[in-house]
Amino acid sequence: MTLDWQVFLQDDGGGRTYLEWMFDAWGWTLSVAGSAWVVAMVSGCLMGILRTLPQDTRLNVWLARFANAWVELFRNIPVLVQIFLWYFVLPKVFPAMQQVPGFVLVVLGLGFFTSSRVAEMLRAGIQAMPRGQRYAAMAMGFTTWQTYRYVLLPIAFRTIWPPLTSESMNLLKNSSVAFAVSIAELTMYAMQVQEETSRGIEVYLAVTALYTLSAFAVNRVMAFVERRMQIPGLVVAGNVGGGH
Amino acid sequence: MKKQFVTLAVATLLAGTAFAQANDTIAKVKAAGSITMGVRDSSGALSYTLGDGKYVGYHVEICQRIIANLEKAAGKKLEVKYTPVTSQNRIPLVENGTVDIECGSTTNNEARQKQVAFAYTTYVEEVRIAVRANSGITSIAQLNGKNVATTTGTTSVQLLRKNERATGVDFKEVFGKDHADSFLLLESGRADAFVMDGQILAGNIANSKTPADFKIVGEVLNVEPIAIMFRKDDPAFKKLADDTIAGLAKSGELAKLYDKWFTQPIPPKNIKLGMPASDANKDAWKNLNDKPVEAYAKK
Repeated sequence: MTLDWQVFLQDDGGGRTYLEWMFDAWGWTLSVAGSAWVVAMVSGCLMGILRTLPQDTRLNVWLARFANAWVELFRNIPVLVQIFLWYFVLPKVFPAMQQVPGFVLVVLGLGFFTSSRVAEMLRAGIQAMPRGQRYAAMAMGFTTWQTYRYVLLPIAFRTIWPPLTSESMNLLKNSSVAFAVSIAELTMYAMQVQEETSRGIEVYLAVTALYTLSAFAVNRVMAFVERRMQIPGLVVAGNVGGGH
Repeated sequence: MKKQFVTLAVATLLAGTAFAQANDTIAKVKAAGSITMGVRDSSGALSYTLGDGKYVGYHVEICQRIIANLEKAAGKKLEVKYTPVTSQNRIPLVENGTVDIECGSTTNNEARQKQVAFAYTTYVEEVRIAVRANSGITSIAQLNGKNVATTTGTTSVQLLRKNERATGVDFKEVFGKDHADSFLLLESGRADAFVMDGQILAGNIANSKTPADFKIVGEVLNVEPIAIMFRKDDPAFKKLADDTIAGLAKSGELAKLYDKWFTQPIPPKNIKLGMPASDANKDAWKNLNDKPVEAYAKK
């Protein structure tokens, strides 16, 4: 088996080389993953907070129910099926959605799928804290908003940062489902180019390298943030032992 | 340690000779008492499954004739093993000897001829355009500004790209993950046309809820010779396969087999594809050849 890397310099019939096309595809992968990450973080954190609100007013009870329903809806359907629901089924119900480009739909689908997992993590992170923290904040006269902003969230985020790193890397890898709704990203590139050139091994090796590189870059950025926001003595690094 | 190394070296050498022998398919199947046929789950009427490990189709049936002759040459009855293959793995599986003869829908082209060998062309595929019957589209020139669907991982994508560049017609490409998805793009209005092999279009239309809502229109965008594939550098087996096909063509049986699969009702739903043999097909049967698709380029 000899590898023929020159295949990447060939013209694809449309006036660009397979290498140029691969970088285009990589760009699509990163755009899908990046946009979906923003959607996942914003909606996931919101839902996570709603689920942990004090159940003292009727509004808060309904908000928590809504967030619970959100999480169960988006985490119980396989991501590929969700993408198809957004792309084929919803436009049947709301014809206006037919004009929405696949990119927007896949970003929403992937973002909401991941948001349910982020919401669960944030809820767990908040509930893992001693109840006294919330009571102390209330005793200080903080509003609910201030309790979350100054007491609960800063600690919760530090606790859940490692699993959030894994989830962010998963999101990048899950973005490969975008090929199913006609986004020209890396997985689609791989399937298409291996058919056109019959050099599947080289193509899959190159695409694997790009996925690995991207996911590892996410990992490093998240690890950097994790180190920078450590509070010595409060949340202790895993290898030290001890607790609060 | 040294001894192990020698053993390893000898084993490698032996394996090398075994590979060299593997190119003689007739000897191989005679020794094994069985032959492995590569088939496709859904390559239209060329090769498809009825479920339960049963595979049928035009190319499957031609392969069965070739195997009948192979049994005569080997002088014994062979057990036929079916192995489903995909577009991605069919060539490696033929190259490494897992599959002895591939009876799917493989286009014969120059790049593949460097890796594998093809029998005489038995089917000539025409790439066509399917549209909704009420769309008023009748040719590729009318696709300006329209959404055109095709399937990821097929040669039609490249064809569409080249065509767009050559004609200057500016359409938007949308890609289905498989043929069923691409057809759904057309059916659900996300695409105005679906460009694909004629028999795949015909099959999808015949199987749709309302076949009358769709039609195949316009010029033939490309012709591709589709052939049965096997290992390279095996002249005895290639001759056997070619002779079988030549015999079928001469007796007119090849045309009858074609009619059976492409114009008559076929299982499991007993739907007619309604695709009488094209001139290109008849020409391939008259002037038997194993030329690659490059030789079919526009005259």
